[in-house]
Amino acid sequence: MIAETRENDIVYAHVRRAHARRFAFSDRSFSFGTRLSALVVLLVLGGIAVSLIVGSLPALRTFGLSFFTTQSWNPVTEKFGAIAPIYGTLVTSFIAILFAVPLGIGIAIFLTELCPEKLRRPVGTAIELLAGIPSIIYGIWGLFVFAPFMQTYVQPPVIKAFKGIPGLSSLFAGPPYGIGTLTAGIILAIMVLPFVSAISRDVFGTVPPVLKEAAYGIGCTRWEVVRRVVIPYTRVGIIGGVMLGLGRALGETMAVTFVIGNAHKVAVSFFAPGTTISATIANEFTEAVGDVYSSALIALGLILFIFTFAVLAFARYLLLVLQRKQGS
Amino acid sequence: MITARYMRRRRANSIAMALSIAAAAIGLMFLTLILATLVVRGVSGLSWRVFAEMTPPPGSDGGLLNAIVGSVIMTVIGLMVGTPIGVLAGTYMAEYGRYAKLTHVIRFLNDILLSAPSIIIGLFIYEIMVVRMGHFSGIAGAIALAIIVIPVVVRTTEDMLLLVPNSLREAAVALGAPRSIVIRTVAYRAARAGILTGILLAMARVSGETAPLLFTALNNQFWSLDLNAPMASLPAVIFQFALSPYDDWQQLAWTGALLITVAVLAGNILARSLANIGAQPK
Repeated sequence: MIAETRENDIVYAHVRRAHARRFAFSDRSFSFGTRLSALVVLLVLGGIAVSLIVGSLPALRTFGLSFFTTQSWNPVTEKFGAIAPIYGTLVTSFIAILFAVPLGIGIAIFLTELCPEKLRRPVGTAIELLAGIPSIIYGIWGLFVFAPFMQTYVQPPVIKAFKGIPGLSSLFAGPPYGIGTLTAGIILAIMVLPFVSAISRDVFGTVPPVLKEAAYGIGCTRWEVVRRVVIPYTRVGIIGGVMLGLGRALGETMAVTFVIGNAHKVAVSFFAPGTTISATIANEFTEAVGDVYSSALIALGLILFIFTFAVLAFARYLLLVLQRKQGS
Repeated sequence: MITARYMRRRRANSIAMALSIAAAAIGLMFLTLILATLVVRGVSGLSWRVFAEMTPPPGSDGGLLNAIVGSVIMTVIGLMVGTPIGVLAGTYMAEYGRYAKLTHVIRFLNDILLSAPSIIIGLFIYEIMVVRMGHFSGIAGAIALAIIVIPVVVRTTEDMLLLVPNSLREAAVALGAPRSIVIRTVAYRAARAGILTGILLAMARVSGETAPLLFTALNNQFWSLDLNAPMASLPAVIFQFALSPYDDWQQLAWTGALLITVAVLAGNILARSLANIGAQPK
């Protein structure tokens, strides 16, 4: 009897050790798997940077610094300069931010200060759904609905109104094509709006109620509370949200491609067709023949990558600062 | 006592508040306008043909079947490749390396990848896959989509796992469960709804993406299930058809646009309601 029990114990011990070994193996391989996957994120971003740099070398070698300072974009003579798409990218994004920031902050004020509790969620969700609509939908809507609207109802009166006023007349010079830099900028503004409003709303929610109550207590109006308490308190967060929106606007492709007009020209007028980095790549990359041509397009991609990386890194940094401030 | 100054302040307040209401109205107006246009223009082209026939040459009847199937295939493969990597990476950040320096770096870079222009991801895949293979292919398109899936899933997985109370993990460890079992049977189960939300959001985002497919999967006028050949997708077909001068192509583009938007918004709303259910205390 006793001998048998001892034998059983030995068998059990073996089994247990085998179990433990198997667990140890699966434990280690699982942890290794997670580590590996985490590294994939690093590899992807690093790979993007390296492949863009390598791909753009032929163009940068051919044109040197003149790539960044010339305007001509001629596939036939293989002369490429990036000024027009860079200018278009910056101007359309600037217009987008110009419209989206006041609108987005207004929506955030409405949602946090004015909106009845019951409507808060539905209205907030509806605005955020704007961010869910695919960019190609904005493109097709912009081309068939919004551009004709601009062409008939907005551009002609504006052109007329500013005629003869020096400076403004050239900024808003015709003919009214409908498509163009301003139209693209406004479409971008609609796309960026949900990012600005969602982040503003979230940071507005972080204002300690005591601060607002104190301001109301000394007789401030709602607007004064927002302007003197809420916005100063959340300034960093709002700027972070704006930067995040700007990052989106800079790289947005399909919507812009439909309505920008694709002209490789730096035009003074906001109504003139132009191009952006992403629109140029989307339109021309599959048709680019010759190493220099496609390399020039990849170099444009590299410039866009550097722009957005800088803007997004700054945005994340600001939001991180805000988080730290709240944590402490 | 109502002074002029007080009146001025009241007026400034009313103007500002009216403007903020107007801002919300403008935002909602754009959403309604876009959706209404899609429904009005898209519904008239809806018929069984859309789901049963291939994209036509200009001037003849046809549907969007090859584009729909291509989109579904590439989205599914993109999710199948991107989701495990995203979930595991999020697991590392929340469980194994919660306090590691590497986690901070990855979180920062992942957030940048999350908002990186999708056309650049297309260029990247073109460089590393299309150039090597010598031709455009459905699999290249799917991998490009997978790269968009990863950061979305990483972000939500990490956030959701961080919400799981540590006492649950401690209880499991006290029972003698190894780390990997604790994560898989306790942490994942507690964060299930949240992780699923992330995957749904990624799916919604990816199924409307156009830019990364343009020079990876390209497009295909015909029925093709070959992952090694160019593959049609709804967004790419919309892009091509909408910019064409042919009326019937433009009509198909609107119908395709309606289909995509309905699918994407349904995914979005589903993900949100799932997140709400998950967030409620049990």
